[in-house]
Amino acid sequence: MATTATPGIWSRAQRASIDRLHIRLESFIVLLVLAAAMAVLSPFFLSVSNFLNILLATSTIGVLAIAATFVISSGGLDLSLGSVMGLSGVVGAYIAVNLGAPSPFGVGACILAGAIAGYINGQIVTRAFVPAFIVTLGMLGIARGLALVISGGRVIYGLPEYLLFLGQGRPFGIPVPVIIFVITALVAHFVLAYTRFGRHTLALGDSEGAARAAGIRVERQRRILYTISGGLAGLAGMIFMARINSGDPTAGLNYELTAITAAIIGGTNLFGGRGSILGTMIGALIMGVLQNGLNLLAVQSYYQQMAIGAVLILAVFIDQYQVRKETRA
Amino acid sequence: MTLLHLSGIRKSFGAVDVLHGVDLDVAAGEVIGLVGDNGAGKSTLMKTITGIYSADAGAIELDGRSILHLDPGERRRIGIEMIYQDLSLAKQQDVASNIFLGREPVKKMFGFIPGMVDKARMDREAAEMIERLGAHLPSINRPVSSFSGGQQQTVAIARALTFDPKLVIMDEPTAALAVREVQSVLDLIRRLKSEGIAVILISHRLNDVLAVTDRIVVLRHGRAEADLRTADTNMNEVVARIVGGGDTASAAAHELGGHR
Ligand SMILES: Nc1ncnc2c1ncn2[C@@H]1O[C@H](COP(=O)(O)OP(=O)(O)OP(=O)(O)O)[C@@H](O)[C@H]1O
Ligand SMILES: [Mg+2]
Repeated sequence: MATTATPGIWSRAQRASIDRLHIRLESFIVLLVLAAAMAVLSPFFLSVSNFLNILLATSTIGVLAIAATFVISSGGLDLSLGSVMGLSGVVGAYIAVNLGAPSPFGVGACILAGAIAGYINGQIVTRAFVPAFIVTLGMLGIARGLALVISGGRVIYGLPEYLLFLGQGRPFGIPVPVIIFVITALVAHFVLAYTRFGRHTLALGDSEGAARAAGIRVERQRRILYTISGGLAGLAGMIFMARINSGDPTAGLNYELTAITAAIIGGTNLFGGRGSILGTMIGALIMGVLQNGLNLLAVQSYYQQMAIGAVLILAVFIDQYQVRKETRA
Repeated sequence: MTLLHLSGIRKSFGAVDVLHGVDLDVAAGEVIGLVGDNGAGKSTLMKTITGIYSADAGAIELDGRSILHLDPGERRRIGIEMIYQDLSLAKQQDVASNIFLGREPVKKMFGFIPGMVDKARMDREAAEMIERLGAHLPSINRPVSSFSGGQQQTVAIARALTFDPKLVIMDEPTAALAVREVQSVLDLIRRLKSEGIAVILISHRLNDVLAVTDRIVVLRHGRAEADLRTADTNMNEVVARIVGGGDTASAAAHELGGHR
């Protein structure tokens, strides 16, 4: 029946894509078109090594985008992602290098530092009734400042061997950051799409009142979500630190912009209630391909920032346009 | 047997005193009509029962046990359900997600990963529930925002009935409904009564209230101003108690005529 070209095919394909894969068909197509364009523009684009490059470059942003998806689809916002990532890398490097802590602690410290920052965000949002936008904007400044204080404003070098493996190891030719990224994405997808926690997250973003009336512990759920968000920013910080082999207090600058853009492109509703990790992964890949392509074309990074900002506005515009069209129809 | 016992319930929002000591008893299988002016505090009183608001003072007991320390989820679990006037549905989620919100059944994914929501079972049971209510929805897999107001109300009703409640509070359940659907809600209330489930019905449609309830409680000036046996009262008296003295004959006549 799918062989006859009825007008319903497009909308049925859209439905199937969303229902089965939780991915918007449009973002899939944007990714393919973008990749095809890059392949035409640059002879280096289509190669296995460049493909792994893209995944590697996307791994940090991708993990942050997962965090953004959880928080935004619950009706919240975390602007501190990039700064918390930077702080976590510095904390991890400081503990591993300056304090010479044994191996698991460096990794644990990164994730823990991020989770603590996120937990503080969550506490303030749910107990002091300061809007998430303001709390996490404040945390953006605080975390970045703290990273500079701890590191004395300098990059921390000399990471131990095991951390290098996490950033630069390549079992079976696949970079470890890519492996971490993919596993994190799969677990996150399961949690958001298939568990009660995930469903409550979406319902909360949809209508806090309805969630509360249904007996969901709304504040607790939000605190957990911000803590997860911070923890994932910490994981991203660890990946980045291990990749560049140092703790850089300026790591992750403006990354929240790209991460939130990836989540929105992937179909997360900016106002909550809808979101999917697989969709966000497509969004993150779109951002990765865009940056990679602009790099190959030797476009200055200043222009890349402008491109990312423009894509964010465009993505929200298209999303809202569709929502308005649907509610009018 | 008293199922729900409220005494001395007080509640204020900042400087606004809404409830000044409300007493109310509801027996199992009893249908109570709760009426009063706009802003009389009906919804507020009901939200103190479900735990959305905590009362400033007073006692709330279900089956003789205080429930004041329980949160809204725990109160649902012991059998108190409410169809809210304002906190309705998660509109971007589908029918089953709304009906089972907070109560999702889980199973093991691939037989070993725990905690996976059993969506197939939710869909199946949601469809059965909607069917049992005699309602018609275009598709249960669509976001409920794509349904009409009345269809959404059906989903809210289904949610309140799916988990064997002891008490169902309905805050203006018929406000968005057409004639036939109003009748089916009234029939539903009678059916719940026959199953021994208590119902508190809040409605400005006094004819409906007079038609299905056993008792009518009038909320006025923050108190249960009157507690009337439906069999012994009439439209005139109810309207007089809501408005509070003065010439109520014309208002009552309008109510009587208006819904014929
Ligand atoms: N969350 C709140 N914060 C402040 N005031 C509130 C709140 N909820 C209700 N009130 C006030 O309490 C009073 C009672 O409101 P409530 O909604 O309980 O009335 P009601 O009897 O349900 O009215 P209606 O028939 O219009 O639904 C009103 O004056 C209202 O303004
Ligand atoms: Mg009300």
